[in-house]
Amino acid sequence: MLSVRNLINTSDLTVDDIEQILTHAQTFDEVNSRMLKKLPTLRGRTIVNLFLEPSTRTKSSFELACKRLGADTISMAGSSSSVVKGESLVDTIKTLDAMGVDMYICRARFAGSPEIIERTTSARIVNAGDGKHAHPTQALLDLHTLYKHFGHLDGLNVGILGDCLHSRVTGSLAPALAKMGAHVTLIGPPPFLPPRPDALGASSTSNLDAVLPDLDVLYMLRVQMERIEGALIPSIREYSALFGMDKTRAARMQKHAVFMHPGPVNRGVELTSDIADAPNSLILDQVNAGVSVRMSVIYLLLGGEADDTRA
Amino acid sequence: MTLVLKGARCVDPQVNLDSVCDILVEGTQIIAIDNSIDAPQNASVLDCSGKVILPGLMDIHVHFRDPGQEYKETIEGGCASSAHGGYTDVATMPNTSPVCDTGALVTYQIEKSRACGTARIHPIGAISHGQQQESLAEIGDMYAAGARAFSDDGRGVQTAGLMRIAMDYISQFDAVAISHCQDEFLVGSGVVNEGVVSTRLGLAGWPAQGEEIQIARDIMLSELTGCPLHIAHVSTIKGVEMVKQAKQSGLQVTCEVTPHHLFLCEDDITEDFDTNYKMNPPLRTKEDMLALQEALIDGTIDCVVSDHAPHAAHEKDYEFERAPFGIVGIETELPLILTNLVQNGKLSWSRVVQTMCINPRKILRCNPVVLKPGSEATLVVIDPQKKFTVTKDWLVSKSKNTPFLGFELTGCATDALLCGSWTLRSGSVAIQS
Repeated sequence: MLSVRNLINTSDLTVDDIEQILTHAQTFDEVNSRMLKKLPTLRGRTIVNLFLEPSTRTKSSFELACKRLGADTISMAGSSSSVVKGESLVDTIKTLDAMGVDMYICRARFAGSPEIIERTTSARIVNAGDGKHAHPTQALLDLHTLYKHFGHLDGLNVGILGDCLHSRVTGSLAPALAKMGAHVTLIGPPPFLPPRPDALGASSTSNLDAVLPDLDVLYMLRVQMERIEGALIPSIREYSALFGMDKTRAARMQKHAVFMHPGPVNRGVELTSDIADAPNSLILDQVNAGVSVRMSVIYLLLGGEADDTRA
Repeated sequence: MTLVLKGARCVDPQVNLDSVCDILVEGTQIIAIDNSIDAPQNASVLDCSGKVILPGLMDIHVHFRDPGQEYKETIEGGCASSAHGGYTDVATMPNTSPVCDTGALVTYQIEKSRACGTARIHPIGAISHGQQQESLAEIGDMYAAGARAFSDDGRGVQTAGLMRIAMDYISQFDAVAISHCQDEFLVGSGVVNEGVVSTRLGLAGWPAQGEEIQIARDIMLSELTGCPLHIAHVSTIKGVEMVKQAKQSGLQVTCEVTPHHLFLCEDDITEDFDTNYKMNPPLRTKEDMLALQEALIDGTIDCVVSDHAPHAAHEKDYEFERAPFGIVGIETELPLILTNLVQNGKLSWSRVVQTMCINPRKILRCNPVVLKPGSEATLVVIDPQKKFTVTKDWLVSKSKNTPFLGFELTGCATDALLCGSWTLRSGSVAIQS
């Protein structure tokens, strides 16, 4: 069992929690490779996928994870939910709670939303990304991918490249990697770097070329188009020139080094197609790991309860 | 009413008073202060042994939300919470709805507080019309109605040009410009101090420089215009240093600090995302917090204010980024100062009077309130030993948004007189007839 009731951020997890999640994820990897992928484990349990901002990949991944565990799910999207009508998150949760919900999987525009849900309900919560704060299942699936590839996490040199300041992936991945003994460097132009990377267990630099030769893993973040051009950086062209990954830069890396990206990829912006599709790109492995890791998290949070007779 | 307050330690550096004595009050005035006063036949007597009596406290930075947002607070409720905190005088910020930018709205607040009788309001007028920062508000009209300070508090004045004109204009009156320092371009959507806490919680940072740049600017404009300047809720080491330098070079620059910036810091904002820790300016670093305490003790900071900012529970019960800034504070202000600075001997009672009675009145151009025969009987009785826990029920204020809920504090006001009338009796707000 995990040491936490809910998965809010990776910083709440112990090393043992993370190891449990990754171990169970391996079991679910096997399930997901079968022809019949559905388990009866969570039959009769109700999970709400509350996605208060648009998401395709994460939402699909969670829905599949719930369904393969046999749970009943309902999905609420930002555009259809009452939150858009001006109802507060607290009232939305109280209303849903009254219908009997076992777990909320929540994606929200604002940091700290899962904590608000936590104070309102006794159902379990999985944070599917809150504001620019945290995205713990993304971090865990990244750890799972890396663990499967390298066989260990401690000692890995990981560079996270891009808009780290506005990235909830960084907010969860950097502390999780640090907790597992990896060395994390945040890389990007200064407006993309957090003021205190040490608060995430990382260091930071704007000199990509200087750190490339030391990296075992280069994790590229999606460049959010709305932050570019006239805002934080001058142009996509300049960003690509200074921080875009292409063959020339890749040649400076160690032979065994791998590329990762949480998706969706902006080809030609943060990386070129030959990097995205290179043999040492783990981008699709990450997507694959997503379902297993999310099954593992949901199972570990809710599965233990399944023995309770809730008559 | 004839009244004798017996046996309190009476402290007022304005008349070099710091001794245990009796105070005789008749009607609205203090008649005598002496080692021992025999109560006249018709007099009621209040035993104040073990207590401390100071001139009535004044807080020059509160928001009473009246007119316009009475669901958060009203003038009646704000004055009652002032009385509960030991305050007889308060200065209200103009960001009501409508904004206090005319003489009529100044008069409205003064009249309404007079009718309440639990505290006197000294309204602060807006600098710009509707706080829109396009044209000057009718500062002369508000001055005529009694306003002695002008501020666009809630916002910084965004252009140096407008601030210069405002300070030029204010300088013709016996009045002060109060500057809420916040460069909106630099602060952007920042909600917590830029640094560890913004990184850890993934919240937009509100850098210290967003405040300090306007402090520097307005000190220079004070030099240019000759207009007295008061810096609202200073929150950083650098801000305090700049005020200190301005004072040393002879400028009429003063500043204030809030209890939350004195006793809380960014480290107190946890993964709970508790919106009661969301205030403007934000909680800064521990180093800033300790430096503010030192600056209050050494006299660089002139006065303590609450920045009492009521918000309804349903407004604060939102995501951190969406919830409004501000906390209520006028009731916990004195107890926090007593608990954290006076009980341990860091701040003398004399400095308490200086920073919570004398200087606020000087800055707002109010008549001094003095513990001496012939003066108005406006004073506060404090029980420095009284232990209590801050609870929602203990707070009189209509809104309960404070991070100090649950804090155990030592020392609070038990009784208070405003011109000879009780505003607080045995810890309860006195109902005015």
